[in-house]
Amino acid sequence: MVTTRRLITSAVALALSVVLLSPYLVMLFTSLKPQDELTITPGTLLPTVWDFSNYVTMWTSAPIAQYMTNSLIVAVTSTVLVLLFAIPAAYASARFEFRGRRAYLFFVLVAQILAPIALIVGLYREFSALGLVDNLLALVIINTAFNLSFAIWLLRGFIASVPATLEEAAWMDGAGRGRTLLTIVVPVIRPGIVTAGIYAFIASWNEFIVGLTLISTDSKKPLQVGITQFIGRDQIEWQHLFATALISIVPVVILFLLVEKHLVGGLTEGSVK
Amino acid sequence: MTTEKQTSAIAGRPVPPAGRRRRPASPQRMRPLALLIWIGPSVLLIVGIVVYPLFETVRASFQDFALTGAVKGWAGFDNFEKVLTDPDLPRVLANTGIWVVAGVAVTTLLALPLAQLLNKDFWGGRILRIALIVPWAASIVMTAIGFRWILNYYYGVLNPFLMSLHIIQKPVDWLGDERTIGWVMIATAVFISLPFTAFAILSGLKGIPDDVNEAAQIDGATRWKTYRYITFPLLRGPLMVTVLLNSIWIFNSFPIIYVLNKSNPGYQNDTTITFMYKIAFLTDRDIGAGAAMAVLNVLIVGVCVALYVRRARLD
Repeated sequence: MVTTRRLITSAVALALSVVLLSPYLVMLFTSLKPQDELTITPGTLLPTVWDFSNYVTMWTSAPIAQYMTNSLIVAVTSTVLVLLFAIPAAYASARFEFRGRRAYLFFVLVAQILAPIALIVGLYREFSALGLVDNLLALVIINTAFNLSFAIWLLRGFIASVPATLEEAAWMDGAGRGRTLLTIVVPVIRPGIVTAGIYAFIASWNEFIVGLTLISTDSKKPLQVGITQFIGRDQIEWQHLFATALISIVPVVILFLLVEKHLVGGLTEGSVK
Repeated sequence: MTTEKQTSAIAGRPVPPAGRRRRPASPQRMRPLALLIWIGPSVLLIVGIVVYPLFETVRASFQDFALTGAVKGWAGFDNFEKVLTDPDLPRVLANTGIWVVAGVAVTTLLALPLAQLLNKDFWGGRILRIALIVPWAASIVMTAIGFRWILNYYYGVLNPFLMSLHIIQKPVDWLGDERTIGWVMIATAVFISLPFTAFAILSGLKGIPDDVNEAAQIDGATRWKTYRYITFPLLRGPLMVTVLLNSIWIFNSFPIIYVLNKSNPGYQNDTTITFMYKIAFLTDRDIGAGAAMAVLNVLIVGVCVALYVRRARLD
């Protein structure tokens, strides 16, 4: 009886897993089809001829490498900046007392509610005035600003969960706040820093609306924007499109798996308070 | 000396005894100058890139723009009048309401049993967790493109699949038919928001001690009754949060509609967000009117969030 129940549970879980993965499996199978199999009606799931060369030809069918480089530059730079600004801010708001601390935390929280899409017209106006339209720097700045709030909240939670005794001992020994943060706190909250960093990286890597609106030159487009240009055209090389999509999804999924358990807590707790 | 006394008085705490006051710069209390270094950059970025564009959007909503994007002058309430009298607006508002309510409701209803399943220990549990991570981590654009291909009238796999199961008799033009595209887009939104919701409810479930449920079952409660009267009420906190976050997220969602609705002309399938974007950057290229719609969007979200939070607090 108990074993039957467990067996059913496993079967249900496996069926659900297939459903959840199905769009990506279809993308995978499509990416392995030769061109002439893409326009068969009715559509087929599996390729009859498995064409692995798509993963080579995709690089020359569109400036994929350029798009990926752009995305990588933006995501890495913005991740470094997020951590650089969020770690001291999280530490100060978790440990120190200052005038307006509550107001600061409320301000950070409210900023989290506003999405780039809600402000896109204002962002476009602002960056036009700054002369930064069609410049990757604009994407770096905007991604950094919008990913900062979450990083501060997440890291603040990590710091608050660690007792301050070690830091107090360091202060007694005459270490300044900066040194205490670098030598005592940072090593202890490393999982939090990795989580915040990976989250910021993925958010930047997947960002779409700002890139779509602010970048017009093809060679400067991030991957998410570059790839959507092909949609709606008569001749879409779906096999190359999906090969690109999968190459961009797999590393992100792996990164995500590493920090998944810290992320859920951070996302929900940050908003309860 | 004086500054330290003042900060203490402001913080509403007793002034520390004379002996402690002499310790050089107590690490816990920050002076404004030091604060500038620690939290200054974050304040600057959020004010400059999150708060200022809000102001800029409001300002643009009262300005008159040329097609080139240059400001021609002040427009009063003309931009608001233009979007509010747009014949497509009622349809767009109705779409938005259905999009948010159906998206959030279906996501929550599916996530509850899914979280229950994830909370069990069984063979295959790890596979399910990984499968659930993929739609969460993958970019929404890429996932939406995948759906666009699967739903393709001629070459997609969904039509032959459903026909082989005899669920439909002839192919359906999912993305081209007015009656189906809305629901297909909602299904995509549910698919993408399900993982976060399920994991958030799961973390709520993990917070419930085992003995609470055990006690109820010893008292003779059935599994369903235990869930209904013990577990579910304890999940209120995580549910309130996920409903709030999903509502904001689905309301603001842009790429799903952008990708799936791209071949259809007009505003028949748009929400207030994609409507705003099209007016500002794609169809009318009217920055002022787009800004007016953006202001209305922020007001809609702001009022709804405020009402929701107030209600949640009162309950």
